[in-house]
Amino acid sequence: MTTEALRSPAIAQRRGRSELMQQRARAARWFLLPMMIALAVVAGWPLARSIYFSFTDVKLNNLYGAEWVGFANYLQIRTLESGRTIYRGVLADPDWWNAVWNTVRFAFWSVVWETIFGMIVALVLNAEFRGRGIVRAAILIPWAIPTIVSAKMWSWMLNDQFGILNDLGVRLGLLGAPVAWTASPDTAMMAVLVVDIWKTTPFMALLILAGLQMIPKDIYEAADIDGVHPIKQFFRITLPLVRPALMVAIIFRVLDALRIFDLIYVLTPNSAATKTMSVLAQENLFQFDNFAEGSTQSTLLFLLIALFTIVYIWLGKVNFDGGAR
Amino acid sequence: MASIELRDVRKAFGAVEVIKGVDLEVRKGEFMVFVGPSGCGKSTLLRLISGLEDITSGEMLFDGKVVNSLAPSKRGIAMVFQSYALYPHMSVYDNMAFGLTLEKGQSKEEIRRRVEKAADMLQIRQYLDRLPKQLSGGQRQRVAIGRAITRDPKVFLFDEPLSNLDAALRVQTRIEIAKLHESMDNVTMIYVTHDQVEAMTLADRICVLRDGLVEQVGTPMELYEKPNSVFVAGFIGSPKMNFISGDLAKSFNADTVGIRGEHITIVPENGVWSGTVIHTENLGADSYVYLEMGTEEPVVVRLDGVNTYRSGDVVQISPMPDKIHRFNAAGKPVA
Repeated sequence: MTTEALRSPAIAQRRGRSELMQQRARAARWFLLPMMIALAVVAGWPLARSIYFSFTDVKLNNLYGAEWVGFANYLQIRTLESGRTIYRGVLADPDWWNAVWNTVRFAFWSVVWETIFGMIVALVLNAEFRGRGIVRAAILIPWAIPTIVSAKMWSWMLNDQFGILNDLGVRLGLLGAPVAWTASPDTAMMAVLVVDIWKTTPFMALLILAGLQMIPKDIYEAADIDGVHPIKQFFRITLPLVRPALMVAIIFRVLDALRIFDLIYVLTPNSAATKTMSVLAQENLFQFDNFAEGSTQSTLLFLLIALFTIVYIWLGKVNFDGGAR
Repeated sequence: MASIELRDVRKAFGAVEVIKGVDLEVRKGEFMVFVGPSGCGKSTLLRLISGLEDITSGEMLFDGKVVNSLAPSKRGIAMVFQSYALYPHMSVYDNMAFGLTLEKGQSKEEIRRRVEKAADMLQIRQYLDRLPKQLSGGQRQRVAIGRAITRDPKVFLFDEPLSNLDAALRVQTRIEIAKLHESMDNVTMIYVTHDQVEAMTLADRICVLRDGLVEQVGTPMELYEKPNSVFVAGFIGSPKMNFISGDLAKSFNADTVGIRGEHITIVPENGVWSGTVIHTENLGADSYVYLEMGTEEPVVVRLDGVNTYRSGDVVQISPMPDKIHRFNAAGKPVA
């Protein structure tokens, strides 16, 4: 009797605590459920279907009659009776590797320049001057314009016969003759890069600006008293402290750039010099009736992005909580 | 070692004038404390001396040379900030060495020697490899002071360095700053605080600021014994000086009579004034008795030891005649 009386409060307490924990966990699951369902329907299911299709001989007009073909869409090695070996599949397709190269090149240069310009813009916006609020809002305009609209707009500006840029260039004597910026293979990638950098630098600038504003002002005063030159202040103080925000901004942009589609589709349609993985996959899926091959390319793109993200987070020690000190 | 002279220094932010013409001389090797209520301009004045802010008009001289437009790093100063202002991504060692590594002709060994010497002085040597976020508030403040010491400055500036510390640590650090001043007797120190106790305990001389102007400059005892305005009289000393005005002051030929709590005695009979006890505070070593006697604020009497008065008791009190401060209607002393 006495032992029971002594023990029971402790047990009740322990049970009570675990019940509370269980209740919290249950509530958390209920709150997560709608999100999980939405993600499963709009992301999980299409992704699973794409991956499945990449292992079949599916056709767009017969999605349910697909038959399993294993890795044949990826790589197929066959040795003919004559002794010749034939490689088939996406991984043996020069068009695919051209698209991979275009995508990587595009992602690298666009992110490099967006980071540099974004940093400069963010540093300017971080300084105090009259009308800063208006400038901050104005700088977002390129990013707020739908890509299709800005791509069409630039496409006209870059037009070889009617474009304002060629007209200006010729009148100022910078160009001997109008250049077909978007159509010429030599300049198509550059045109795409310019438009993308113009469009996305504001986004980068805003993310970096958020990071800059977390740096306390007083350490710059301490640096002034220490006699640290402003350029040295940037490299030794600002850059290390804004790095967490910068890393997150860069990964956002790289992920975006690796799956670039709309800008290239509108600005330089059907140009081998700019065709990226997404554009190629879209063509195969919906235009050339190569649904299985398109699915394979989509899956490879997904793997590439996933791999890059994992390596980047691992090597860069990215902290998604923001730049907490 | 440097003397600092301010001649009619003014500072305006836009249309708002914060420093309204300050003339002041800080002597070589002196510990000068700027004290005043918040918004009086004391921190701004320190920032003007540091060079972090430009003066709007007037002249600032270091050792007789005008430094109005000299960069902070060229003035031979070091500053300790209220918020410490440590570089969050650098170790304690790098925080202290950063300024030195940029000076030309400093060998690594020399820098290490100077940093370690400062670290030993402040007993932070065991923390040299840590980041600021791994330190407590008091330790961070020591690092900030250490960083200032390694610069080997002629002038040491403190901007409310203790206000982010808890009470016990504040007293301890205050003593350490006093010791620091003794051990660096060739360094001029300027210290900003709103706490008159810090001012009284640390300063060689105190500069009381009010509303952008110097109210009075003097040694702590000068300010305590001969305040030249009601403002200084009320600001310096704890508990606050009692002010008695109206008819009670008239009999002393003054508009306002000031008398400190420690200069009033409770007498059994024939006191100058009488009042009703409304509250008592026993602090052990001394005690305060609050009396209601028709003045704006209750009159505080400071007694040694523990007192046994109760609320409602009526007592007779007498001020010590030679400790009475008489002020005219403008708040200035009556000769």
